[in-house]
Amino acid sequence: MKVTFPHMGHLWVSVAAMLQYLGVEVVVPPPTTKRTLTLGSRYAPEFACLPLKLNLGNFIEARELGADTILMAGGCGPCRFGYYAQVEHAILEDLGYRYRLVVMEPPQRHAGELLAKIKYITGHRSWLEVARAIWFGFQKARLLDELERRAHYLRPREVRRGSTDRAFGEALKIVAAVRHPRDMAKAAEQAHRIMSEVAFDAYRPVLRVGIVGEIFTLLEPFANYDLERKLGHMGVEVDRSIYLSEWINDHLLFGLAGGRRTRKAACRAAAPYLNHFVGGHGQETVGSAALYAAQGYDGVIQLMPFTCMPEIVAASILPKLKAELGIPVLTIVVDEHSGEAGLITRLESFVDLLHGRKGVEG
Amino acid sequence: MPRIGIPRALLYYHYFPWWEAFFVSLGAEVVISPPTTKAILDRGLEHAADDVCLPVKVAVGHVLELKDRVDAIFLPRLVSVAAREYICPKFLGLPEMVGHSIKGLPPLLSPGLNLYRGGSPYHFFAALGRALGYPPWQVLAAYRRACRVQQQYKRLLESGLFPEEALAALRGRHDAAAPRDTMGSPLVAVIGHPYNIYDAFVSMDLLGKLGRRGIKVITADSLSEENVCRGAAHLPKRLFWTLGRRTVGAAYHYLQWGRVDGMIHVSSFACGPDSFAGEFIARRAHRMGLPFLSLVLDEHSGEAGMVTRLEAFLDMVERRKKYREEGSAS
Ligand code: SF4
Ligand code: SF4
Repeated sequence: MKVTFPHMGHLWVSVAAMLQYLGVEVVVPPPTTKRTLTLGSRYAPEFACLPLKLNLGNFIEARELGADTILMAGGCGPCRFGYYAQVEHAILEDLGYRYRLVVMEPPQRHAGELLAKIKYITGHRSWLEVARAIWFGFQKARLLDELERRAHYLRPREVRRGSTDRAFGEALKIVAAVRHPRDMAKAAEQAHRIMSEVAFDAYRPVLRVGIVGEIFTLLEPFANYDLERKLGHMGVEVDRSIYLSEWINDHLLFGLAGGRRTRKAACRAAAPYLNHFVGGHGQETVGSAALYAAQGYDGVIQLMPFTCMPEIVAASILPKLKAELGIPVLTIVVDEHSGEAGLITRLESFVDLLHGRKGVEG
Repeated sequence: MPRIGIPRALLYYHYFPWWEAFFVSLGAEVVISPPTTKAILDRGLEHAADDVCLPVKVAVGHVLELKDRVDAIFLPRLVSVAAREYICPKFLGLPEMVGHSIKGLPPLLSPGLNLYRGGSPYHFFAALGRALGYPPWQVLAAYRRACRVQQQYKRLLESGLFPEEALAALRGRHDAAAPRDTMGSPLVAVIGHPYNIYDAFVSMDLLGKLGRRGIKVITADSLSEENVCRGAAHLPKRLFWTLGRRTVGAAYHYLQWGRVDGMIHVSSFACGPDSFAGEFIARRAHRMGLPFLSLVLDEHSGEAGMVTRLEAFLDMVERRKKYREEGSAS
């Protein structure tokens, strides 16, 4: 059995760690590229959301490397993610790619269903080992989140352009290479040291922008055209409303790691504008935008795939929030037709607008 | 006597008698917006966000139509109408999407109907009655009556009437429900969300066009829940959207049944649930070799293009029917 799973930013580091720790053979799909997208959008339904198209491309490319089993997360609506695995599998079958499909999702009838799936993947390993593996992967995600946050701070302030990206790339390699939980502490120290060696100017004035929206688009640089780095190089310090470890906690740990507080806080902040969940992270998008406004951020960017339902709801409410809280909001919709040049122009004029406002106010 | 506006949009087509009977029993006056027109759509387009689907834009137009004529607008938050199912994220956020994009609206009556964990819709009506200030006993009586009317309406739909005909029949105008018996004419299943197929403006009068061509039409709404369930059981996993499950269930049922001569799937441009449901329907229809037409509707859909495609499809349907009849006759 050779197990593969879709890409979503650095998710592969965590999931590969979990599986390899348990002795499962893993095929990490080749990094997502234009080819992945072309393959995916050729076979996916036209109005499927972008993450599905990229997943599909990942699976086709992983198949070329010999993968035969797909590991996916699931859900029970109302957004489409809960049915991704089934649609993708049906398409792959019709294309003649025979894959076994294992979907980790909240059990429909009893907990045994989920446990049976885990056993199917992990074989004879004890539950204690499985728990350790999951925790191991989760620790990696947490560490990567810390490093990314550091990179967000450094990028607009770095003395030598590109030094943050280089340092982060190295740190990422170190984290990815750890094969055993006992080596985590050392790797964390090394990774943090690498990041601390980036020279920066703490007094340089920067803009602060909060990034909200659909989680896949937020976490996958290919889907958002490396938005965070682009903004960083334009002198913007970004913060993101969701990080990888939160997704893993929600979808693979089913919330066991606790810490859903941030989510609740965002939903509370959304209440005056959207007082009901709408699936995905739609309500968090609205709430996080309100929180960023309250924290004095200079602007908010909402990222979403074309046709994403929860984010469309959020997008149609954000103008109201923008008017009431006086914070500029830019919504960016991505799909297989969006172009990088257009995006850069929009980002530049948004950043100009923020600079202008700051100049006026300051 | 409060005047309550009900937009002729979205699930009006499934639930209007339920809502109307409730309000009327309480002594309120119900005002429905007129059938969709170009003007209604245009006003909706002006106020709705760009990325929302056509049905929501149409709904916004209907709300605007009612805005200055009523004391309150009924715009429920339909979270879930069946256990372990939702409708669509946009139905979950509808009151806010509408409320935040139109200025000067009368109060919105937007109680939440949520049967995801089972239970009775009574709480929904109770909240509605409370919001309007009626005493509980009166609300309960109105609720009971409303449910009886809704049951009747459902039976009429299942007998094969389309919503407007069933509504007329409920009002005792049975002539409107003259049987569309067209013996020997081709039978086409029109599968799609009710607000797309029954809104003659939105669907560019698809049902009328088919009727005038002498085509007999069946939809998902004339199927009993059991048949829908049996059809949907072929899916790899229970589909958690009520409309999606109904469309796939009905399509699968009709495909299996073998008596339809063609199938039209109607969906909205960029509709999330239909991008998945439609995929399952199209794959199976193609595998079974049934003439299949997929109509995608948005505010830019041109009637000319639709007519051409419909003609080509109907030619195929008629040819296939003739061929099969000759085959079985010989
Ligand atoms: S959140 Fe949006 S993009 Fe993600 S699966 Fe749901 S509908 Fe698709
Ligand atoms: S189900 Fe489709 S058409 Fe209906 S509201 Fe949702 S996205 Fe729009």
